[in-house]
Formats: sequence, C-alpha cells, structure tokens
Amino acid sequence: MLRNFLDRIKPKFEKGGKYHFLHSTFEAFESFLYVPDKVTSIGSHVRDALDMKRTMIVVVLALVPCFLFGTYNVGYMHHATVGVEAGFWQNFWFGCTKVLPMLVVSYVVGLAIEFIFAQVRGHEVNEGFLVSGFLIPLICPPDVPLWMLAVATAFAVIIGKEVFGGTGMNIWNPALLARAFLFFAYPSQISGDKVWVADAVSGPTPLSHIAAGEINALPDLQTLFWGFIPGSVGETSKFCILLGAVILLWTGIGSFRVMISTLAGGVLMAWIGGLAGSTGASILQHILSGGFLFGLVFMATDPVTSAQTGTGKLIYGFLVGLMAMLIRIYNPAYPEGMMLAILLMNTFAPLIDYLVVGRNMARRRKRLVLASKKA
Amino acid sequence: MEKVIKLRKGLDIKIEGSPDSSLDAPTVSYTRYALKPAAFYGMHPKLSVQPQQRVLAGEPLFFDKNHPEIVLTSPVSGVVEEIVYGPRRVIEEIRITADEKPQYKDFGVLEQKDFTAEKVREKLLQAGLWAFIRQRPFDLPADPAGTPRDIFVSAFDTAPLAPDLDMVVRGQEEYFQAGIDALAKLAGKKVHLGVHHLKTASKAYLECKNAEIHSFEGPHPCGNVGIQIHHVAPINKGDTVWYVHPQDVVIMGRLFMKGVYDATKVVAVAGSEVLKTGYHKVIAGLNVSYLLKDNLKLGTDVRVVSGNILTGTQIQADGYLGPYDHLVSVIPEGKRFRFMGWMTPGLNTYSYSRTFFSWLFPNRRYRMDTNLNGGERAFVLTGQFEKVLPMDIYPMQLLKACIAQDIENMEALGIYEVSPEDFALCEFIDASKIEIQKIVREGLEFIHKEVQ
Repeated sequence: MLRNFLDRIKPKFEKGGKYHFLHSTFEAFESFLYVPDKVTSIGSHVRDALDMKRTMIVVVLALVPCFLFGTYNVGYMHHATVGVEAGFWQNFWFGCTKVLPMLVVSYVVGLAIEFIFAQVRGHEVNEGFLVSGFLIPLICPPDVPLWMLAVATAFAVIIGKEVFGGTGMNIWNPALLARAFLFFAYPSQISGDKVWVADAVSGPTPLSHIAAGEINALPDLQTLFWGFIPGSVGETSKFCILLGAVILLWTGIGSFRVMISTLAGGVLMAWIGGLAGSTGASILQHILSGGFLFGLVFMATDPVTSAQTGTGKLIYGFLVGLMAMLIRIYNPAYPEGMMLAILLMNTFAPLIDYLVVGRNMARRRKRLVLASKKA
Repeated sequence: MEKVIKLRKGLDIKIEGSPDSSLDAPTVSYTRYALKPAAFYGMHPKLSVQPQQRVLAGEPLFFDKNHPEIVLTSPVSGVVEEIVYGPRRVIEEIRITADEKPQYKDFGVLEQKDFTAEKVREKLLQAGLWAFIRQRPFDLPADPAGTPRDIFVSAFDTAPLAPDLDMVVRGQEEYFQAGIDALAKLAGKKVHLGVHHLKTASKAYLECKNAEIHSFEGPHPCGNVGIQIHHVAPINKGDTVWYVHPQDVVIMGRLFMKGVYDATKVVAVAGSEVLKTGYHKVIAGLNVSYLLKDNLKLGTDVRVVSGNILTGTQIQADGYLGPYDHLVSVIPEGKRFRFMGWMTPGLNTYSYSRTFFSWLFPNRRYRMDTNLNGGERAFVLTGQFEKVLPMDIYPMQLLKACIAQDIENMEALGIYEVSPEDFALCEFIDASKIEIQKIVREGLEFIHKEVQ
C-alpha cells in the first residue's frame, strides 16, 4: 500500500516532474522506507546486503545503551543533588526533558543542512549525519543552551564536512568538531572543570578531581564503571560503552585496531604519568573516568577521519590514547584530553597513512631494483 | 609441492547452486554458435567473413587491426548466419549455424619433439588460438612479438559457483600435457601451474611435466591467476607475464596432436535458478538456451551470466557463451524493493559483515539476487577491502589513484599487478556500492595508453 503510494507520487519528483527540485529529498525518504529496486549493471552481478544506511544504523544502535543510560543518569544526578527521592521513571523522564530537545535540535539542524547540500549538488542524501547527529547530544553537557547547540551543529556540518565534499571527504570528526566549537566559542558556558549536575548547580566531575589531585574525592571504581557520576550524557557508563564496542566489533563496523591501540596508548601514558608522580590517579581510574572510553569506541574509530591503512590505524590509535592522557596529566587548563587528542590525530591521520603507504611503495621499488639487477 | 602458499584473506560467498558433478554430452545436435569479438579486450576487430559465407572449424572470422597476425577462427564448421553490431558499429557477435558433423581445417600435426617457440607461435596464430593467451599487466590478449617473463596457469577456480577444473582435464590429460609443453617452449622455461593444496586431485595437474607446481590454499580469490602471480613472482614495472586457462591449454594441445581446432570444452551450468546444475561437454560459443531450456525454475525473472557472477557478462537466456567463459550462472534478478532494509533482522540476507542476523547460521547457503542493495556513496568505510584482497597492495589508495589518473602513484601502488577480477570481491563487499572493477579497468586502459 505504502509502496503503491510512493510509486504513484514518484513521477512528480523525476526529471520534468513538478517537484523535481526536491528529488534528493524524495529519494532519501523513499530509500529510508525501501531499499531501492536498482539492480547491478556492470561489474559484479551480486552485491553484499550491507549498505551505508545499515552501516550507520548499526553505529547508532551501538550508541543506544549509552543514550538510554545517559538520559536516566541526568535525572538521577539531578534528583540526588537536590535531594529528592525519585523513582526510575521519574529520573528517566527528567533526563528526557533535558536530552531529547538536544537530540531533536542536533538532528533537525544537521539533517536540514545535509538535505539542502544534497539537493544543490544533485546527490543522494548521505547517511553519515545519522551517527554524528546522535553523537552530538551525547558528548555535550546537558545544560548547553539549545541555540548554541544549533550553531555548533551547523558549524560542524558546513565547515567540518560539506566544504570538503560531504561524508567520506571530511578531515575531522563532525561531532567532535561541534563539541570543540562550543568549547572554544562559548568557554564561559561550557566550563572547563565543573559541569552541570542539576538545575542551577554545577559540580566537579571525577576528572576535575583527578586534575586537582583530590584522588580521595573520586568515586570508587565500581561507580565509575557503571556510570552514576556527573559528566557528558553518553560518556558516564563504561558498561554501556563496552556494550557498544561489542556491537561494533562483532558486526565488523568498528576497527579493532584503533580501539586496542588507543587503549594501549592511554594505559602507557597513564602509567608513565603515575611513575613520574605527575598524577595521583591509578591507570584504571584514568581509563574509567571522563570521555576516554567513549571517544575510543565511538569517535577515534570513525573510518573517515581515522587513519585508513591497517598499520596506520595502529599508530593513529596509539597516539590518540597517548595524547589524551598527556593532555589530561600535563596540561592544567584541560582536565579532559580526549576531544583534542582525537581532533589532533584526525589532522595527522593522512600523514600517518602517507608514511605507511610510502613504505609499501618503497618495497615495490626495491623489488624492481632487485629484479633488474638480477636480469 | 613442498611449500603450500596459504592465503587467509578473501571470501567464499555462500551462494546456493554450485554445479552438480554430473557430466552430460549433447543428446541433440546443437547448431547455434557465435564468437564475440568484444570479449577480446583491447582488440580492434576487422571482419574476414561475410554473412552466408561457409567456414570450416578453424577458419578465420576476424582479425585484430593493430596486430593483423592475430586472427580468431570459427569454433565450428557451418554458415555465417548473421553479424550483430552494437552501438557505434562495434561487432558484438558473429553468429554461425553449425553443420551436423563438424569439418575441420587441417593445420597439420606438430610433434612434441619438433616444438620450438617459433613453430608453436606460428601454429597458435594460424589456428586462431593466440588470443587465448592473455597477459598481465593490463589484462589483454598477449602480444605475439613479445616474450613473457613467465607463463602461468591456474588449475583451480575459487569464484562463486565455479566449475571444478579437474573435470576439464578428465580424459584430456595428454592434450593438457602437450599444451603445457608448447607453452613451456614459448616461455623458454617451465610453466607455473597453480594447484589447490587440498582440492586439486587430477594427475594431469599434479604430475604435470614441464611445469613448476605451486600449491595454494585459501578462499576466493586464491584461484585467480593474478593472486598466484603476486605470491610466486610479482610483476614489476616492465615485466610481462602471460596466462592461459587450463581449458584453453587442452584445446591448444589438441591442435598440436590432432592438427585441428577442436573447441570442445566442459562448461558448467550453475545457480539457484537452474533445476539441474552440472557439467556439459560442448563446443565454445554455444547458445546457452540449449543448456537452459526446460532447466530453469519458473516464475522468476532471471539473470543469465556467461562466466561467474562476480566478473562475468550478462547475456540473454538465448545468448551465447563468451569465448573465455566456462560457466553459465543463473541467478534471480533483484528488481524488487526491500522494506526498511536498514532495520530488518535479515535472517535470510547474506552479508560479509555481521550486520544481519544471518550470522546465526554459518552453514546456510543463500539464493542471492542482483539487487544493488543500496545507493552509491563516497568511500566511507576503510580497512574492508584489505580483508578480501590477498595482495601486498593498498586497494583503496590504488583505486583513488586510478580515479585521479595519477600515473606515478598508480605505478607505485602496484597497478601492474592487478586486474579487475582481483578487485571483484572488493566491489561485492563495498557498502558504498562503487563500481570498482570499472575503475580498475579504466585505470589500466589509461596507463596503458600513457606508457606507450
């Protein structure tokens, strides 16, 4: 029935039709409802069932546990701080009132820009923003004014992505770029070491405890792991993040190399920091607090902005982890280093790839020289 | 045979309809054949026959304008029925109605002891078999004036639904050996013969003389000759390597031993839409309707492919077998909408990734159709192509160099070592639905033109 309806209105959007100027939009909605009936014409006659929509949805799915828990935790933190006894649904509902508007703003602004650009370029609408738009509310503090969020999202999509040619061509992770924009454009609102915990109350996060050296004020490891701590919406529950990591790795969408090497880099730097006496927190405390794990699983692994070669991914991830901890431990201005570390390494990822691919080229050249010597 | 080259990367697509091991000979006389000049990549065909002209098996039908010594001859004796032109007067098919009893043009027997590179070359050129020797780089028919660094033959095929190449040489062992002997003379050294460590059983391959045998093991594209060359002796800039399909080696052997072009070959019929799959002993260029008549499942729109489903050519159900092909695959056409494909569990949907719940059934085989399964996007995912290309090559970087027509980087990244078929699996798994084999083909064409 739905199919019949689509088939009936389709001609209006095709070339020469009345609404041809909206063809990308129509295509986006149609392919959202149905995988197109387009068949292979040249090359391989069969194709894998996986397409970009499914790929992106899998990532969103992996984020859902973090999203649900984060929403609940917003309410939980609020009620705990103001000292009101609240049930599960009360907490969750309060969280929804904070987080859902952010999600809506992020999606509406970002997707609108994506649709406009696709329309102007005559492309199909790209699915990349499905993930970015879901990530943005998860990495922002719950009290960010919605208009700021809208400006940041627009900045990230236009300057971060569309000017480079759209999804697949961007240099920096768009969601992180939005966060960085907020961080640097409105520093007074997005405060460095204290975050929103309840309306009109802000409090320290475990990270700011670490930065201040108040190790005793840190919650115990279990609380850090399960996530009943203040922080950005998505980053608090390490359990949910691990759940997401399992989904990404099992489906083959996320890169195991990036995850494991980022972890290795982080552990190494936290260990060095501990040895040098620069940080009082243990390695585990460092790994479990802040956005380290969230960034590791969902942001560093972004296939477009990370290094693209296998070896490159290992180097890239290792440096992300290393940098994140380095900034945390040795830069007093920023208690959290993950965002800057990933953006920095995004910038250097092409260079890493260049070097890795260069070695492959050198091997080939050497083989040629050897062969011509023999002949 | 001491060393086994084990390849881990690659993918055996779980598609249903592999050919049954039965071998049938024709029961009625088949009369419709065609030679397809367009299949000989890089040639500029010029006709040497007119419609209604009588030809013997082995008499020239056309030649290459750039290399007039390369002729292609008729696989059967009969009357040239029709010449089919495509767009821009490209000669697509030379159709021949065959006689009941084939009459062969006599090329004279060439004894093995008399083999020299010169005589072998001359004989193959005369009989129209030269173009069945193909070369890397560029994936074209070999240049008769050149000498190859090596000649490779891959004795097993790992492509989806591919025929068992042991069937091809069954009863043809001495012809195969004669063909290999002749090729060894052309190369001036032993022929490299790639066999499968576990699956190859035929003595024609395993005990082949004048051949250096390399044993391989692994998923597709391990059987691709390009992959084997890469692991035995990779192609450097300036190298030329020739390769021949075992089936054509047999036909060449017949030429030397019997003195005629006897194009009989074993062709497999496979695919989920075929009622009875299996092997058939037929002559090259056969109209496939003889094999598919009353043999297709009713009620589905099907796609008939001459060759395998990754690299073959789409033909009509009464189209003709391509000159290089030994397989007819029939799969359902996928012109249908899949509701909410991004969120269905997909228990019956095959994917290389585990994004569909079909991973719960690792042993199931799937009835796969020709749906593109999505829209074309930019390259987004990374690190996927590497998993199905067992070569020391960075596929995405090479593809991007091809798109950018950056000759220096194409060379440095190994364009001379690849052909479109090696990238077929990359194209299959690509979530961005990019036409990767086309990019490689155009890259090869471009660089071929530039370096000349």
